[in-house]
Amino acid sequence: MSEYLVDIKNERLSFFTPAGEVKALNDVSIHLKEGEVLGIVGESGSGKSVTAYSLMGLTAYPGKLIGGSLYFNGHQVDQMTDKEMRKIRGNEISIIFQDPMTSLNPVYTIGNQIMEAILLHTDKSKEQARERAKELLELVGINEPDKRLKQYPHELSGGMRQRVMIAIALACEPKLLIADEPTTALDVTIQAQILELMMDLKKKLGMAIIMITHDLGVVASMCDRIAVMYAGKVIEYGTADDIFYNPKHQYTKGLIRSIPRIDAKEHERLIPIEGTPVDMLNPPKGCPFAPRCEECMKICLREMPPVTDLGDVHYTQCWLIQKEEMEKGAAK
Amino acid sequence: MSDKQNSFIQVEHLQQYFPAGGFGRNKKYIQAVDDVSFTISKGETLGLVGESGCGKTTTGRTLLRLYEPTGGRFVYDGNVIFDVDKKQFVDMLPYRKRMQIVFQDPYASLDPRMTVGDIVGEAIDVHKMAANKQERYEIIIEMLRRVGLNSEHANRYPHEFSGGQRQRVGIARALAVRPEFIVCDEPISALDVSIQAQMINMFEDLQEEMGLTYLFIAHDLSAVKHISNRIGVMYLGRMVELADSYELITRPLHPYTKSLISAIPIADPKIAKESKRIALQGDVPSPLNPPSGCRFRTRCPYADEKCAQETPKWREVERGHFSACHHIDKLD
Ligand SMILES: Nc1ncnc2c1ncn2[C@@H]1O[C@H](COP(=O)(O)OP(=O)(O)OP(=O)(O)O)[C@@H](O)[C@H]1O
Ligand SMILES: Nc1ncnc2c1ncn2[C@@H]1O[C@H](COP(=O)(O)OP(=O)(O)O)[C@@H](O)[C@H]1O
Ligand code: SF4
Ligand code: SF4
Ligand SMILES: [Mg+2]
Ligand SMILES: [Mg+2]
Repeated sequence: MSEYLVDIKNERLSFFTPAGEVKALNDVSIHLKEGEVLGIVGESGSGKSVTAYSLMGLTAYPGKLIGGSLYFNGHQVDQMTDKEMRKIRGNEISIIFQDPMTSLNPVYTIGNQIMEAILLHTDKSKEQARERAKELLELVGINEPDKRLKQYPHELSGGMRQRVMIAIALACEPKLLIADEPTTALDVTIQAQILELMMDLKKKLGMAIIMITHDLGVVASMCDRIAVMYAGKVIEYGTADDIFYNPKHQYTKGLIRSIPRIDAKEHERLIPIEGTPVDMLNPPKGCPFAPRCEECMKICLREMPPVTDLGDVHYTQCWLIQKEEMEKGAAK
Repeated sequence: MSDKQNSFIQVEHLQQYFPAGGFGRNKKYIQAVDDVSFTISKGETLGLVGESGCGKTTTGRTLLRLYEPTGGRFVYDGNVIFDVDKKQFVDMLPYRKRMQIVFQDPYASLDPRMTVGDIVGEAIDVHKMAANKQERYEIIIEMLRRVGLNSEHANRYPHEFSGGQRQRVGIARALAVRPEFIVCDEPISALDVSIQAQMINMFEDLQEEMGLTYLFIAHDLSAVKHISNRIGVMYLGRMVELADSYELITRPLHPYTKSLISAIPIADPKIAKESKRIALQGDVPSPLNPPSGCRFRTRCPYADEKCAQETPKWREVERGHFSACHHIDKLD
C-alpha cells in the first residue's frame, strides 16, 4: 500500500469534443500525505479542476482516462465502478466549489440540505441528523444554528453560503477535502475568514486539503506542497519555500515576478508573462510554455522536457534546468 | 494634492438611492452611494476599493449618468454635468465622447454577433468620428494596435478570443472616441494572473500616450495600489478614507482600511506566516437599512456609543489624507 493518501501517477486524461481531442491532463503525478495541504495553481484551463475531479470519478463522458493510475486512501480509483465511487464521495472525500449558490439547492432550507448529506452517508436518525447539523453549523462558525437551519440559501451572504457548503462537505469527516477556488467569488475580508476557518478545521479534524486557486497569495500561507500546472502538466512541484524562494521553471518564475508588491514605495513597472495562454486544442509540440518563454531553445520546440528532480519533493519539467543539472552532475 | 478649484473631476456629496419597494412614507431605498466627495486631476488615476456592494460601480455609473443621480454635484473640466440641488442636468451626448467606461466582464460586455471591427467601429459611427469608410477603418486598426491586437483581429468574433483579448477589445472600443476620462470598472478582475500584469502595463502606457484620467475600480488592493496615484476606500455607500496610495497602504487612518489591508493574502510564505491578521467579523450590513452613525460600527473593534449616534465627519486629517472616523487617535 502507498504511504500516501493521494497518489496520482502519470495520469493522462482527454476530453473528446466535436472540435477534437483536448489533452486536459498530460502525464500528471501528484501525491499527498494524510493531513497535508496541497495547493494547485495555474491559469484557466491548465487542468487544476480536472485533476481533482478525476480523483472523485467526476470526469466521465466526454472525458476519458487514457493512462496512469490514481490511488486514494487505499483504493485504486481508476479501477472502481460508479457505484463504488459514490460510496467514497461525500464520505472519505468531499468537495466545495467556487460558487456556493450553484451548488446549494435554492428551494430547500439549509437544514434540509445539511441533514440530507448526513442521512445519505450515515445511519443516523432524523433527530440525530438535526443535532449533528447544528453541531456542524457551529463548527463552521455560524451563530444561531436553529434559526439558520430554517433559512433558504438566498437569505445568506456569499461567505455564509460557503460556510454552509463546508459544513455539508464535513458532514462525514472526510479524509480529504477538495476546495476548488472556494474564495474566488468572495471579498478579501470574507476570504480571510474562510481560509482561517479551513485551517482551523484541518487542525481539529486532521483532514488533508487540496486547494485549487489562481491566487499565489492563498497558497503561500496555507500549503505544505504546491503544484504549478500549465497546459495539462505539473511543470513544477515543491514545498511553498521551493516554489516561492527557489522557483526553477520559467513559468513559475514569471508568475512570481508578475505579482504587484503592495509594499513597493517607488512605482516599478510590472514584469508580465508575455503572450497568450495555450490553445488546448492545438498545443505546441514540445514544451507547452515555449511560445511565451524567453529562454526557449531549439530542443524546447521539438521535445517535451523530462522531469528533473531537484530535491526530496521539488521537481520541474524544463530543458534549461535539465541541462543545468546535467552540467552540475558532470562537474562533480 | 489636487486643488479643488481647478480639478479636472470634481465630485461633491454624490448620492444614489435606488427605490426598493414600499409606498408613501414607507418607501424604502437602497443607499448605494451616500455623500461621496472626491477630485481627480488631469492625467491622474484614482483607485476605488471596498467590498462588493459598497457602491463602487454605482459611483462610476452615476458620474457617467448611466444612472440618474439622486443627489450631489459633478463638475467635469469646469462644466457642471449635474447639480441635483439646483436641478441642473446637461445633455450628455457631447460628453459621452469625452467619458468612457470599461466593464468587468469581458464576456457579457461584447455583442457576440458583431465582429471586433464593428464593435470598435460602432462608437466611431455614433459620434461621427470618421469622415469616410477608409478613415473609420484606420481608426479601428489604430485602436486595436494600441491595445496589442492587430488588423487580422478586426474580422473575428468575440468568442474566438481569450478573456484577456476580449477585455482588450472592450478597451479599444472605449478608446475609439478619444476620451479623456475612463471609468475602469474591475477591468482585470476576471483575468488570469499572468494576463493581469500585461493589462496593468497597458493601462499605464495608454494613459501616458493619450493623456487619460482614470477612475480605477477594483477589489484587488495590490493591483490598485500599483496603478493609482491616490486611493479611495468605500464602505456601505460612503467614502471612509482617501489618500496617496503608498501613504494609504503604509499608514491607514481608518479601521476599515486597516482590516482590508491585513486581509490581503501575501504571496510570500515567510511574511504570510508571520503577519498578524485583524480578522473582520461578520458581513457588510444591508444598504437598505444601514447602521446609524458610523456605518462600519457593527464590525469595528473601536466602536463605542458615539459611533452609534454621530456620523463621523469626512475631514482632511493630514494634508491630502482624508478619513471619516471618530477615533483615529486610537489606531496604532
Ligand atoms: N467536460 C469537458 N468537456 C470538454 N473539455 C473539458 C471539459 N472539462 C474540462 N475540459 C478542458 O480540460 C482542460 C482543463 O480544464 P480544467 O477545468 O481542469 O481547468 P482549470 O485549471 O480548473 O481552469 P479554471 O481556472 O478556469 O477553473 C481545459 O482545456 C478545459 O477546456
Ligand atoms: N440598478 C440598481 N438598482 C437597485 N440597486 C442597485 C442597482 N445597482 C446597484 N444596486 C445596489 O447598490 C449597492 C451598491 O452596488 P454597486 O455599486 O454595484 O457595488 P460595487 O460595485 O461596490 O460592488 C448594492 O447594494 C447593490 O445591490
Ligand atoms: S523547456 Fe524550454 S521553453 Fe519550456 S520553460 Fe524550459 S526553457 Fe522555456
Ligand atoms: S467612527 Fe467609530 S465605528 Fe466608525 S470606524 Fe471610527 S471607531 Fe470605528
Ligand atoms: Mg477550475
Ligand atoms: Mg461593481
